Amino acid sequence: MEPLDLELDESELELPTEPMMLNVGPSHPAMHGTVRIVMELSGENILKADVQVGYLHRGFEKMCERGTWTQVFPYVDRCNYVSPMLNNVGFALAVEKMLGITVPERCQYYRVILGELARISDHLTCNGAMAMELGAFTPFLWMIKAREMVWDIMEEETGARLTHSFGRVGGMAKPPSDHFKDMVRATVPRILAIIAESEALLLRNRIFMDRLQGVGIISAKDALSLGWTGPCLRSTGVAYDIRKAHPYLVYDRFDFDVPVGTVGDNWDRFLVRLEEIRQSARIIQQAVEQMPDDGPINVEDPRIILPPKDEVYTTIEGTIQHFKIVMEGIKVPAGEAYSYIEAGNGELGFYLVSDGSGTPYRVRIRPPSFLITAGLERMIVGAMIPDVVPTFGSLNMIGGECDH
Amino acid sequence: MSQQLLDILKSTFGDAVLETHSQHGDDTAVVAASRWAEIARFLRNDPRCDMDLFVDLCAVDYPRREPRFEVVLHIYSIGKKHRLRLKTRVGDQDGDGAELDTITSIWEGANWLERETYDMMGIVFRGHPDLRRILLYSEFVGHPLRKDYPADRTQPLVPYREGYEKVAPFGPNEGMSFGRQTHRTGKFE
Amino acid sequence: MGDLTLNNTTTHILEGSETGFATTRVDALLGWARKYSLFAYPFVTACCGMEFMALASPRFDHARFGAEAPRFSPRQADLLWVVGTISQRQAPALKRIYEQMMEPKYVLAFGTCASSGGFYDNYTTLPGIDKVIPVDVYVPGCPPRPEAVIDGLLLLQDKIARGDRRPAIVKPREDPKVISASNLVQLRRKELT
Repeated sequence: MEPLDLELDESELELPTEPMMLNVGPSHPAMHGTVRIVMELSGENILKADVQVGYLHRGFEKMCERGTWTQVFPYVDRCNYVSPMLNNVGFALAVEKMLGITVPERCQYYRVILGELARISDHLTCNGAMAMELGAFTPFLWMIKAREMVWDIMEEETGARLTHSFGRVGGMAKPPSDHFKDMVRATVPRILAIIAESEALLLRNRIFMDRLQGVGIISAKDALSLGWTGPCLRSTGVAYDIRKAHPYLVYDRFDFDVPVGTVGDNWDRFLVRLEEIRQSARIIQQAVEQMPDDGPINVEDPRIILPPKDEVYTTIEGTIQHFKIVMEGIKVPAGEAYSYIEAGNGELGFYLVSDGSGTPYRVRIRPPSFLITAGLERMIVGAMIPDVVPTFGSLNMIGGECDH
Repeated sequence: MSQQLLDILKSTFGDAVLETHSQHGDDTAVVAASRWAEIARFLRNDPRCDMDLFVDLCAVDYPRREPRFEVVLHIYSIGKKHRLRLKTRVGDQDGDGAELDTITSIWEGANWLERETYDMMGIVFRGHPDLRRILLYSEFVGHPLRKDYPADRTQPLVPYREGYEKVAPFGPNEGMSFGRQTHRTGKFE
Repeated sequence: MGDLTLNNTTTHILEGSETGFATTRVDALLGWARKYSLFAYPFVTACCGMEFMALASPRFDHARFGAEAPRFSPRQADLLWVVGTISQRQAPALKRIYEQMMEPKYVLAFGTCASSGGFYDNYTTLPGIDKVIPVDVYVPGCPPRPEAVIDGLLLLQDKIARGDRRPAIVKPREDPKVISASNLVQLRRKELT
């Protein structure tokens, strides 16, 4: 590991005081995974901080170059692992942009609903963990209970609770199950009820308010220059939401609001996320009403979509199609494209470069939490050690995405 | 809509803009590496462009081209809602000489992303306040995202343990002392 | 390796079992006490951390097995949960934390990335934490279901009670409802006549 005293310059110190170097190490309960913050302290005030990320670097971009386009989906899932469906949808949209295809309408609604459920799960985890780190253990357990309900739907649809790898280029891996709409309609009000209960516990609690209000303030100008997007940017007052500004899939058909904060402190970020859960619930309710009950989920293109299994075993065209897609990969025309969606943390972008073959030439993920964590340093310098915990928690740094 | 952006760039900088295209609807301009910072500053400050949101900075390795690396910058304007991809090419065939001016003073998000590009590709950003590795450890030698770095070449920091018995693959009744009756006996049913 | 049985007439010699009846009963008592009072150090890095949170949540609840109390200092913990991918950069931190724990200490590798590196066969991932520290129970899965982790926890408690330090691995359980579903393709070995 890097030496602790990278930032310390002996000649600048005034005697007889000595700053204390504190290492909030890569294994720490409040670090949401693996971030190391090396702080120079004077008492409890932080004079300098060095935020070191990269302890979860798993070589996502290099791994993508070793497989086919479809084999990227499991890797992409594990980037933002609290809302994996959004990552799947983002990557699928990016490859579809390069292929120049649009998925059928039923698939677009399906992607929207699953994506918004993943967003709810993301915000529940972030707010729950932030509350727990401040000592409010009960709302954490309630929000995890709500998250389990979302994961029940995901398990019914995709087969896995967490890392589904359900998206495919040109559609989804399977069509929606028969109980999908009923489960969603039954679950969303229960989640909203749990949110209301948690809010009743937290939002008028003096200690909670004092610890979050006025702490970790960042201005809109700084946030834009740092490249912040998503709830963290919206908490500073900039109303930039890709679902409204550049609608993709069928987001332009829904009626929802975008919560925007004012001050840009931890309190605003907490409230923006809570409110976004409600707006996601609104989107889901409208989408469930509008989603067609029958119709294709995948595009009808034999070069992109795997044929049904019985055709693979019985017809020669099915076998060849299956073989080519699995062994050689989907042939994406040469070129480059950048495609972006509104993920749980902000603008999740994929910059893809293709050389015309079935293997990606370069897959670049634009990780929203990497850019957001870059702003942590300026937020904690001048604050006290206990402020680091809620500030870092409110940024929702997801290690898999930050360190890709 | 951002065709105007490309026109503004071409009219202001003339032959520093080497190529432009709009493949898949993304407006792209390739500029000369020597005027990189100047063009970026113009794009941020000029009121017709007003690119205040810094989106992404990365690099792509084309080992068969000269110059080898292509540094790609994505920027966006919240007010004008247009997006631009700015590219430039640096580096020779061996990967040396890949240097570019930093744009950290223009958008601060470039700080960490330039560190990451240095870490992964080996492009040195002149004038960067703190250019050290960010995703990998400082003892790491090489730049892994280059095409000539094999993906599975590890450089362990802690030497691997020797002499422990990696337990052999288990037979059907081993390894788990309860619940055995639910396991298959190894034959196809 | 032979068949592992739990009858009293086992032929497998464990350490210390030659020393007599009274010591064996004390060992059994200590084993019982240790297994139901595990103090966990959650070394959480990645996606498996979400399933770890789910394990702590009311539905799956590892508190009922006595393994809930998290101690965030390795000096006070005896079970190291290594949850998630360990990168080469993180490996010295992991080793140091393991060395700071006091005997008797146990390690549970939660997830495939901790057990074997997962599908990250690259320059930056440690291919399994047993390359740097000894592991007692491996729980594969990406991420493993909380029920599988509870299997692993019970397996570990079983081993603690018996004083067995050989590594073990959680094996998947069959789900009869899925296996008998009609839309699965059934492969059969062709009967040679």
